[in-house]
Amino acid sequence: MKYQSRFEGPWGDGRDLMIIHTGDWRSQRPVTKVGKCRQCGWCYIFCPTGCIEEKETYFSANLDYCKGCGVCAEVCPANAIMIIAEEE
Amino acid sequence: MKGRDISGRKVLTGNVAAAHAVVLCRPNVIASYPITPQTSILEQLYKFSAEGILECELINVEGENSAMSALMGAAACGGRVFTATSSNGLAFMYDAYAFAAGNRVPIVMAIAMREQVSPQCVAAGQDAVQVKDQGWIQLYAESCQEILDMIIMAYRLSEDKDVLIPVNVCFEGFYLSYMSQNVNVPSFEEVEQFLSPLKEMKRTVWSLEEPLHFSSYILGNLFMEYRHKHTAAFNRAKEKFEEINRDFAAQFGRNFGGQIEEYRTEDADIVMITMGAASGTAKSVIDEMRDGGLKVGLVRIRMFRPFPKEKLAEAVKGKKAIGVIDRNVLCGWDCGHVFLEMSAVQNRFKLQIPMVGFIDGLAGADISEAHIGRAIQTTVAAAEGKETKEVTWLALE
Repeated sequence: MKYQSRFEGPWGDGRDLMIIHTGDWRSQRPVTKVGKCRQCGWCYIFCPTGCIEEKETYFSANLDYCKGCGVCAEVCPANAIMIIAEEE
Repeated sequence: MKGRDISGRKVLTGNVAAAHAVVLCRPNVIASYPITPQTSILEQLYKFSAEGILECELINVEGENSAMSALMGAAACGGRVFTATSSNGLAFMYDAYAFAAGNRVPIVMAIAMREQVSPQCVAAGQDAVQVKDQGWIQLYAESCQEILDMIIMAYRLSEDKDVLIPVNVCFEGFYLSYMSQNVNVPSFEEVEQFLSPLKEMKRTVWSLEEPLHFSSYILGNLFMEYRHKHTAAFNRAKEKFEEINRDFAAQFGRNFGGQIEEYRTEDADIVMITMGAASGTAKSVIDEMRDGGLKVGLVRIRMFRPFPKEKLAEAVKGKKAIGVIDRNVLCGWDCGHVFLEMSAVQNRFKLQIPMVGFIDGLAGADISEAHIGRAIQTTVAAAEGKETKEVTWLALE
């Protein structure tokens, strides 16, 4: 039997589960104010799609998968994440 | 953990015996909501906690759905967890119940069985068999001692790295939950030794160091893959349960059998199949009939999910007739759950043994010696090729 996932149940480290481009569903998106990010990782933990990526000095969302729910901005203690409408 | 000694020979109800077993397994989190006939398990656990014997986080939730959800999180983080419920509590838990199995987290949950209302009723019934297909392992006990022992074994089974499936320990409400029997309670040290193989086993856990997605949204093929893995784990659980029972017997000197218990079946012509508390009554009727020269034996199903089809086929092979006594009704099939599944076993293993079914003891009514005697007589008639009804309601017909 050939399995795709290394897990026994529906667990994954995010990347394993990024199989649909949920970014297409978005009507607004998060933008990290790079200088304000303290790299606490709360957005990384809370993101329901697991699309937050750790960069050199900050965290930001992978927009291929971000649905624009805004949870990251809500939990960010440094107010480093803005949510802006896609139209703009 | 301080764990004051609670071992010894005691007179305990099934519920209090269950609470003793849970304490001995040293859980980390218990989340629960009261419902008859399960509540005295919780009362005893809170008493143990107040006395400093149980050191565990006890979460008072607002309902059974939250109880199971809290345990899912705790188990995913590597905790040992417990809850108990009955009937409508189980119904209220339903979606979290299915979630827990699909997420493959080890949880032990007692079900003090009660009919699903309506009509209103608080005693033994078929709540547990109604959720048999949701992916949990289901074990059914016959006595208060077995409830205690089965809960200890359930942790070995559920948390095994080759299994990782939540386990129900089911027993009839009132008949077992509130009836007192002699129970040997082992010590903390003995149970720790019995559960020690789990210490060597690593399972996927959720931590801040290694955050993981859990209960994720996935598409078709991965869904099938996880269900396939679940089924494979179910198959492994059968042999694992045999092994756990052997280890238990070796350490504690009590052997109830593995997936099934066979009682005087070796040279039997007629085999009765039961599950749960009425098996004790059936055994004493069988003893009497044996004294009268009738070669009759009993097979008791201890593990209902996964269904022990191979063991059952082996046990009934070559017999002249089978009688199945169900304490539940499978609506739409005019028979009980075990009867239908035994029909499937016969087909699967190419057996063509005459089989008759009986329904009795709903809502905690007695499955009396007289009823079981009549069931055996009907099974004998089937063995002799006489015309018999497929299913008889022993209290009504």
